[in-house]
Amino acid sequence: MLINVKTFISKYMIVLVLIGLVTLSGIISPAFLKPRNILNIFWQTSYMGIIAIGITFVMIAGGIDLSVGSQLALLGAFAVVISNKLSDQLHSTFVVISLTYIIAALLGLSMGFLITKGRIPAFIATLGGMAIYRSLVLHFANGGVYVSFSRSFSGLGMKFIVGLPLPMLIFVIYAIIMHVMLEKTKFGRYVFAVGANELAAIYSAVNINFVRITTYVISSISVATSAVLLSSMMGSVSSSSTGVGFELDAIAAAVIGGTSLSGGKGSIFGTFFGALILGVINNMLVMLNVAVYLQSLVKGLIIIIAVLLQNINVSKS
Amino acid sequence: MRRFLVILLMVLLLTAFAAKFKIGVAIPAADHGWTAGMVWWAQYAIKQYQSDPDVEFYLVTAREPSEQIAQVQALLTRGINALVINPYESAPLTPICVQAFRQGVFTVIVDRGILSEEYNVYIAGDNYMYGYLAGKYIAEKLKGKGNVVIIRGIPSTIDDERVKAFKDAIAQYPGIKVIAEQPGYWSREKAFEVMQTLLAKFPQIDAVWTGDDDMLHGVLIALKQAGRDKNIVLVGGACEKNIVKMIMDGHPLVEVDFTYPPSMIATAINLAVMALKGQSLNGFYQKGIPRKIILSTETVTRQNAKDYYFPDSVF
Repeated sequence: MLINVKTFISKYMIVLVLIGLVTLSGIISPAFLKPRNILNIFWQTSYMGIIAIGITFVMIAGGIDLSVGSQLALLGAFAVVISNKLSDQLHSTFVVISLTYIIAALLGLSMGFLITKGRIPAFIATLGGMAIYRSLVLHFANGGVYVSFSRSFSGLGMKFIVGLPLPMLIFVIYAIIMHVMLEKTKFGRYVFAVGANELAAIYSAVNINFVRITTYVISSISVATSAVLLSSMMGSVSSSSTGVGFELDAIAAAVIGGTSLSGGKGSIFGTFFGALILGVINNMLVMLNVAVYLQSLVKGLIIIIAVLLQNINVSKS
Repeated sequence: MRRFLVILLMVLLLTAFAAKFKIGVAIPAADHGWTAGMVWWAQYAIKQYQSDPDVEFYLVTAREPSEQIAQVQALLTRGINALVINPYESAPLTPICVQAFRQGVFTVIVDRGILSEEYNVYIAGDNYMYGYLAGKYIAEKLKGKGNVVIIRGIPSTIDDERVKAFKDAIAQYPGIKVIAEQPGYWSREKAFEVMQTLLAKFPQIDAVWTGDDDMLHGVLIALKQAGRDKNIVLVGGACEKNIVKMIMDGHPLVEVDFTYPPSMIATAINLAVMALKGQSLNGFYQKGIPRKIILSTETVTRQNAKDYYFPDSVF
């Protein structure tokens, strides 16, 4: 019974950390707990959170994807340009989204092939991707900003459904689907197997290259989802600043949520809450009007403490 | 004798085709809207000299200080006559700029100064007035009373100077309160997030000053989404083209903008060419190009906005 309680706590420690953080912020600034602000936090977290969910698959299978930030700008710019070219109607938006997903899948597929068949370490291949995608979007935009003129497209990211912002809804639904995929399907088990022990996976007749490549496709599909939401909400994509630093935030969200950097371990549940913790920190810094130069210090400290708390618990049990 | 004449003729021909003056232009790569504007203006200015056989340009952009140093070294090896440089950072770029000056290269430093007096021309925008005029405008528009939010850029010396000037300007109005000061990192998305959060926190915000127009776009989206896009004074800065367009078309919330022109790089390129050609500035009794030029922060309103609207520019 005692052991059950302990495993329960270690599994849900991250939720306790989040609750603690929210309570603390609420005490210091009551405005933090307004329903409007809670919705905002989900909203602000959703773009990075969706990407973090994709990257969790890659990391559990023992890889890494540094290209997500640049890819976000490239795919977002692609969506904006295509939507400007098509007529301003709802069905054009479906065309835009489908095309963006196709391009994303191709990007993920080629990255996966480079890493598995080309035997380039994931860190290097995706670092190259990060530079190439950013350079491409800068080149096409001449360093400037792509602005959307399509009303049906740019209305999308601002939509509310049953009183909830669309990006938040998609973030939650996406997390649930991906959670089921990782925990309840054969493919999900293969992802863990490939990351935990490659050799054992090969002996168990798992097609490890297929699994690895698929994780990069999932990562790119996640980026595409985020790119469509972000570019339609902002009505624009900046070739120079959109998505900069997203890869680190996404990886951090996964690691805070218990995903191992060396593969074989992790969960969508953890990443979801890891992303929310980062979102709460960003929101809290503004809410509490933390001094400009100290913000990164506060952010860094909270991240370290959050992971430390989980580790202490694990070592005790 | 005949062989000598032929060689002489060939040398003459070659020198006639090679440009007389080589000018190196070194600027940071586009990492946000304003720097992209600077790259665009540098290309624009260079294009103006396309048909001028006397000058030839080498434009390089750098992502970090060490890369820029390497680029300037390469330019010096090429034997440039003038160097127009917007240093990525002051300290690391100082030695190489000084070296260029000592080699007799006409050195024009743009916007971010170096830690030495060894250069020919320094041309920059006016960070103090950029913040001061925005503060003065907001205070007067609010008739000396109201809650103001500052969304500043990347915390840095330039940004500090602007924010200090803004506060100096509003200090004369005790009824004006700064209720929040947060960084938006010169990014639309980040400014949107910050504004969204501040709108949830404060029921009454009378004015917002964003460090530049990119961030003002983010603020506008946040206001619209929260249904609070009325009775609020908004001021950005640096004259991004879409904001200038809004002013031109009589936007109800954005009525004014202040310049911090990325086109200063184009002016600097012109100054370098004029110096090499021995031309002097119109209206000056002195022959030389002035050594220190601080460009004025110009106020853009609906009346004059069309003079500041460059639809082809990227910024």
